[in-house]
Amino acid sequence: MIRIVGLHKDFGGKAVLRGVNLEIARGEIMVVIGQSGSGKSVLLKHLIGLLAPDRGEIYIDGREVTCLPRQARLGVARRFGYLFQGAALFDSLTVAENVAFGLERYTAYDRNEIRRIVTESLERVGLRGVEDLMPQELSGGMKKRVGLARAIAYRPEIILYDEPSTGIDPIRADSINDLILQLKREMEVTSVVITHDMVSTFKLADRVAMLYEGRIVEVGTPAEIRASANGVVQQFIHGRATGPITDY
Amino acid sequence: MIRTPRIPVISPFFFQVGEAGLVAGRTFRALFQRPFEKRNFVLQLEDIGVRSLPVVSLTAAFGGLVFGLQAYIGFHKYVGSGTEVYSGSIIAVGLAKELIPILVGLMLAGRVGSSMAAEIGTMKITEQVDALTSLGADPIKHLVAPRMLASFIMFPMLTLYGDIIGTFCGFAYNIFGMGVNRAIYLRNTLFYTRIWDIGIGLIKASVFGIVVAIIGSWQGLRAEGGAEGVGLATTRAVVIASIIILILNFFLSKALPN
Repeated sequence: MIRIVGLHKDFGGKAVLRGVNLEIARGEIMVVIGQSGSGKSVLLKHLIGLLAPDRGEIYIDGREVTCLPRQARLGVARRFGYLFQGAALFDSLTVAENVAFGLERYTAYDRNEIRRIVTESLERVGLRGVEDLMPQELSGGMKKRVGLARAIAYRPEIILYDEPSTGIDPIRADSINDLILQLKREMEVTSVVITHDMVSTFKLADRVAMLYEGRIVEVGTPAEIRASANGVVQQFIHGRATGPITDY
Repeated sequence: MIRTPRIPVISPFFFQVGEAGLVAGRTFRALFQRPFEKRNFVLQLEDIGVRSLPVVSLTAAFGGLVFGLQAYIGFHKYVGSGTEVYSGSIIAVGLAKELIPILVGLMLAGRVGSSMAAEIGTMKITEQVDALTSLGADPIKHLVAPRMLASFIMFPMLTLYGDIIGTFCGFAYNIFGMGVNRAIYLRNTLFYTRIWDIGIGLIKASVFGIVVAIIGSWQGLRAEGGAEGVGLATTRAVVIASIIILILNFFLSKALPN
């Protein structure tokens, strides 16, 4: 479904992505792991068109999307849902308006139908009666769940999760993980999760990819990753301070 | 979203001019694309227009008063006692063509331009601008186009309002303060002031409105690095817009038929 070929990106002379190659199959949960600052978020932002690569291609259902004109690229973005690390809720809109944002603009649903979908999306992430609250009135975990409700409201085919468990307590983090699994089961979405939380990684992943020094150094099922002979992968998944990774 | 350039930048100045030009071009194009951001547009009309009334009232009132004072002194001292009745036309034309559009432009560059840069800049650093794109919405169309259209409409409206306040204050100073003959003062004011004189000021104000909105939004969209970045964007928005307004004012005065 998604094929990334030779993706390069540098910022101000610093090469962040140095030839990323990765394939993500329809309906799977691909977890991309890597150190903080290794370029995981940069990779995710390329998928949805928030960043343009310096070199390389991204194919979605066989169609190369990085060279599309702006409006067509935005059209591709509507196939995605994106859960931002800080939720990125629009702070001038209520929770309901945030969740309804994409529906109001890009679907033909009437007001009642939109309201029903908003309520349903919020209930799906375990929130009730928060429609009229402003984002500032929500806790960190609730914001994240509203962000997720906004991402799933117009039933995207692919959901990108940027550090879904970061900044919330372990119990909330696990409930978000359950939600991701539930969404995969119920909506059959393709998911790309970036994280450096190993508990979440092994709970969620159908496959895991490790990003290191701008490249994918290992891809495999959780069992394959656990058994990997790659020292970088072993050091990272076990969280050891000593090993081949020295730049931390 | 402003993409990182891949070609070497010859000069940061030309790069920034190009970047602002790109934002302006995309904004003009976005005005004609559906769906129209009606809600944002109405909110901006209120924010730029209604909420600027106090500052425009004060600026225009004291602008009119000081202009009335200097015109009175000028006629009284250098032309002769009794010629102050001619100051009405100078005050009305001077305010409408130059002083009020410039004062409104500069005041709103401070009030509106800075708030646009701060609001969009905060959205940028909290990833709300990215969230718009992720939902398939064009940030230029959603954020910049309604602000530019609202500024294009409200700047001349506020200028016209300022013209009325300023002219009245100049009138009040001369008539009620200095005892100038009201009938002749009014006759001269109406006789020598043409609709086109007011039109020139309104055209200038519309252009200033576009400048303030584009510069404020552009600076907001390129904000980076947290609160400091937003602060920098806000300052730059006001300074750049004010300088452009002052320069443009001269060229518009020169280019528009008098």
